[in-house]
Amino acid sequence: MGDALAVYGRLVSAAIRSQLQYRLSFVLDVVGMFLVASLDFAAVLIIFHNVPRLGTFSVGEVAFLYALSAMSFALAEFVVGHLDLLNEYVRTGTFDVMLLRPRGTLFQVVSADFRLRRLGQLLQGVAVFVYALSVLDIHWNAGRVAMTLLTVICGAVIFSAVWVFVICVVFWTVEGTETANAFTYGGQFLTQYPIDLYSQWLRRLLGYAIPMSFVAYFPALYVLDKEDPLGLPSFLRFSSPLVAVVAVVFAGAMWRFAVRHYRSAGG
Amino acid sequence: MRLDWELARRGYRRYAAYPAATVAGLFTNTVFGFLRGYILLALYRHRDVVGGYDSADALTYVWLTQGLIATIYIWGWQELALRIRSGDVAIDLARPVDPLRAGLAFDFGRAVYHALFRGVPPILFGALVFDLTAPSNPLVWLAFALSVAFAIGVSFSWRFLYNTSAFWLLHYRGATVMAMILANLFSGFIVPVAFFPGWLKAIAYATPFPAMVQMPIDMFVGKTSGIDVVEALALQVFWLVALLALCRGALAAGVRKLVIQGG
Repeated sequence: MGDALAVYGRLVSAAIRSQLQYRLSFVLDVVGMFLVASLDFAAVLIIFHNVPRLGTFSVGEVAFLYALSAMSFALAEFVVGHLDLLNEYVRTGTFDVMLLRPRGTLFQVVSADFRLRRLGQLLQGVAVFVYALSVLDIHWNAGRVAMTLLTVICGAVIFSAVWVFVICVVFWTVEGTETANAFTYGGQFLTQYPIDLYSQWLRRLLGYAIPMSFVAYFPALYVLDKEDPLGLPSFLRFSSPLVAVVAVVFAGAMWRFAVRHYRSAGG
Repeated sequence: MRLDWELARRGYRRYAAYPAATVAGLFTNTVFGFLRGYILLALYRHRDVVGGYDSADALTYVWLTQGLIATIYIWGWQELALRIRSGDVAIDLARPVDPLRAGLAFDFGRAVYHALFRGVPPILFGALVFDLTAPSNPLVWLAFALSVAFAIGVSFSWRFLYNTSAFWLLHYRGATVMAMILANLFSGFIVPVAFFPGWLKAIAYATPFPAMVQMPIDMFVGKTSGIDVVEALALQVFWLVALLALCRGALAAGVRKLVIQGG
């Protein structure tokens, strides 16, 4: 494990060094990412220009959800965002090479890159977080601070696990990468808003089965000391770490199952 | 004309060759349609009408935009920029057909495929779950079809224009990202332009972007009607011609620059 981390650290620092070689390119990419991410928040602000609340949530509360989700998603993108290239690995046969090397395939795919330009998205999440804090009156205590930090980490883990789980579709159909987007980018989009806005079947599918509601919604209810409009039990507010662990177990199992099923095009 | 037709057929067939990619894209567009639909529906818990849209109009707007994603290629495209960067554009210029015209014909073929297989299905899925509105007057359908065709042309010429930045900029990706952001926001793709605060609405309507999304949709949901429809179509044609002229100028200037470098 320690050994794997050391290898990962070396590969990732090499990837980062190479990305920083073209300094202007990198800065422009980061700025671009910041602005692209801001589009979604522009939508939030335009919506609140028309209504004072969405359900029971104020603009500051939605911004808080949005910020938690955006920061988690950016962290997940750093680590696993390049999984969207997995179809290329399969199509070109690079994945076959990975099967021959003495490391796990998931480890090799994940350590192949580190998308530092997603820094733009992280900074955008931080900016919205600062905005949310400036309009909300949160009664901070040690528990709420700890919960906020833990939520960003757990959210990143949940997003990463979902990413690994759904990208496995590539092992069955190489062209299917965009299906995964419905759950990864779709999941991120969903978590930017309170989940009580969605209909029950959509909540069950993307909120609980794919556990997106644990990325921001439930922990945010605790930090904001808010009543759940869905009236669900309050232990759910503290369940994100457990959900993150379960999600990782499922993602790992799915990956192993998919790789066992995988048949190279090279016959 | 015969050549345009053949090029359009190539555009159609190139995208028709990957049915699994179409299904995957369709799936994603549909999931997002549900998410966006329920979010906008939440606005109507507080009000009956927002920016002139009632809840059925807003839902129809959502599903039409989901159908237009692939049809007008709102996420943008960098094919020409990549060809300029690699030098392949020299091959395009050597061909006995104008690259702008060939590109437009090819893109219309692509758009017909995407309209049929990624445009119509999400709207049908949306109509199964939500109460959508549809025009009863066949003339409105005709105007809508025409307006979508113009929207495709405006979108293509905008994409072509920002791709030509690669003649001058090494980092063309920055320009394409900015161009994509402007188109997404001001076209009314993310939120209807009618929901914007006044000052932002004024900016949006001074740009060609509403001609890509908002104008055809406003015809469909009946926010633009009567003589205003003709005015809107004329405005779309104006933007199409203006952008094509800019493309023409940018291409000519770019080619001069390319020759200098190549010489």
